[in-house]
Amino acid sequence: MQVTSSVREPLVTGGKTYHDVTHDVSRQVEGKPTLLWFLAFLTAAGTLAIGLIAVTATVWEGIGMWGLNKTIGWAWDITNFVWWVGIGHAGTLISAVLLLFRQKWRTSINRAAEAMTIFAVICAAMFPVLHMGRPWLGAYWALPLPNTFGSLWVNFNSPLLWDVFAISTYFSVSLVFWYIGLIPDFATIRDRATGLRKVIYGGLSFGWDGAAKTWMRYESVSLILAGLATPLVLSVHTIVSFDFATSVIPGWHTTIFPPYFVAGAIFSGFAMVLTLMIITRKVFKLEDYITMTHIELMNIVIIITGSIVGIAYITEFFIAWYSGVEAEQYAFINRATGPYWWAYWSMMTCNVISPQLFWFKKIRTSIIATFALSIVVNIGMWFERFVIIVTSLHRDYLPSSWAMFYPSITDIGVYLFTFGLFFTLFFLFAKFFPVINMAEVKSVLKSTSEKVRK
Amino acid sequence: MERDKNFILGVYDDEDVLLHAVSEVRTSGVKIHEVYTPYPVHGLEDVLGYKRSRLPIAAFLFGLLGTTLALTMQLYMMRFDWPMIIGGKDFAAIPDFIPVTFELTVLLAAFGMVGVFMISSDLKPWAQPRIFDLRSTDDKHIMAIDIANNTSMEVAKIQEILKSSGATEVNNKSFE
Repeated sequence: MQVTSSVREPLVTGGKTYHDVTHDVSRQVEGKPTLLWFLAFLTAAGTLAIGLIAVTATVWEGIGMWGLNKTIGWAWDITNFVWWVGIGHAGTLISAVLLLFRQKWRTSINRAAEAMTIFAVICAAMFPVLHMGRPWLGAYWALPLPNTFGSLWVNFNSPLLWDVFAISTYFSVSLVFWYIGLIPDFATIRDRATGLRKVIYGGLSFGWDGAAKTWMRYESVSLILAGLATPLVLSVHTIVSFDFATSVIPGWHTTIFPPYFVAGAIFSGFAMVLTLMIITRKVFKLEDYITMTHIELMNIVIIITGSIVGIAYITEFFIAWYSGVEAEQYAFINRATGPYWWAYWSMMTCNVISPQLFWFKKIRTSIIATFALSIVVNIGMWFERFVIIVTSLHRDYLPSSWAMFYPSITDIGVYLFTFGLFFTLFFLFAKFFPVINMAEVKSVLKSTSEKVRK
Repeated sequence: MERDKNFILGVYDDEDVLLHAVSEVRTSGVKIHEVYTPYPVHGLEDVLGYKRSRLPIAAFLFGLLGTTLALTMQLYMMRFDWPMIIGGKDFAAIPDFIPVTFELTVLLAAFGMVGVFMISSDLKPWAQPRIFDLRSTDDKHIMAIDIANNTSMEVAKIQEILKSSGATEVNNKSFE
């Protein structure tokens, strides 16, 4: 029997039985979609449709439709790419790293967080593909395919190529991890259903029967996948940061980038998980499963990673001064006081100052404050990437080519497209898939519920 | 009597009762066909006497394959097939090959292991599983005992053993 200290808060409140868990989660899948769901889904799908115009324009006309110029060759595209990849870090962190650390509270949030990860990585992948200009040739530039140039292979010395391997491995391994976890829950829904639903969820459940031998193998697979996914999740944003750190652009050429990017990714990922989970628990009435304890613990992760990010910003500044390299020093002074000062100070306020409010227990246990701050954090993290990319480029070595970046309507449209895509996928997931991992919640129910304590 | 057709099912409500029951039933000489649970019960594989899964070995071997393939591919392309000077580096710039090698190791290890898991546990979209009791994916633990495998004991005796081990219900189930 598992024993948990009695000082710990119960993970599932409301005295739920095993059957209650099944019922509360399956109910969402089995019921008719509500009017609220339809409205939310249509808004997301509408945004997707409007954004599709901008995506079509980009593919049809080329990336001249964006606000880029000869000085600033990367702007919103790579900002949005890094932003979405960063958001996509929380899911696998929650399910893999917290599994290795035996943090049982992960069980009720890992399913939705992993789904969010997968959808965020799909959105992120849109940008590198689109910014190639001719995406239909992209496979030859990104993958080592034999071709009629010799074969002239892709360049394995380039961090941009490492990124292709990192992001695609991360996406596919996260997808497999997520799906393996879904199989037992699909079986639960299958065994409650009749008719067409039984056929569909029967197929999705891969013939799962819950045999002790299969569970033993399942546990083994989960543990090894977690062990593989842990260095993987850390490698992805490390390699994304190499895209910048291995260049010789002042403001990018920094050895601090890998840990700083990884901390920032976890920071923004947890913020997005909070934004989504606060809505999901309310709409689906899952307050007994995603409790205040969960929200508070996630807020603590946000304070820690937010502080790491803050220290990284200050370290960068110090090192720029200490290095004695004039170009480096100018890049940082220009960030804080140049024409993009507003972006820099938005970043500082949102990422460094606002998460410190979570030191107050009142704030980190308030739903409204958490929800508001989770959005503030993601605005701040978008500005962080914008500051790193655009302000480092806009005043380069040659003052005659200094320029400013102004996003075009197409830039905005492509960004909107990814929002539409993300929320369309998330709403479909929330309706048709069990949003909470029932099997894992049941496995911690006995050792952590209120009933057992009495 | 034909094997794998007629079963006695013990239904258990609690994971700890189940763990003790499995030991009791096994020591009394009854052979258990399989236990079906709605969630992973820790220690169940030990009391059932299952050997540890060899999936970690599969994962390691697939990972090794990934490492080898990745390094071979990169060295062949960059050092032998079309060497080019890039940034003044060696043709065989091993440190630069580490990220892709790592990613492919993880990719092959993960997919290889999951593939082996799917095959060994017979998980596939068109599978038609034999469900002993629909509640076994909800809130009940089901212990299935093949009658044909326990001919040395009377059915009533087996049912008695299950009852006394803490089963809340004892049922019969036959498959065509």
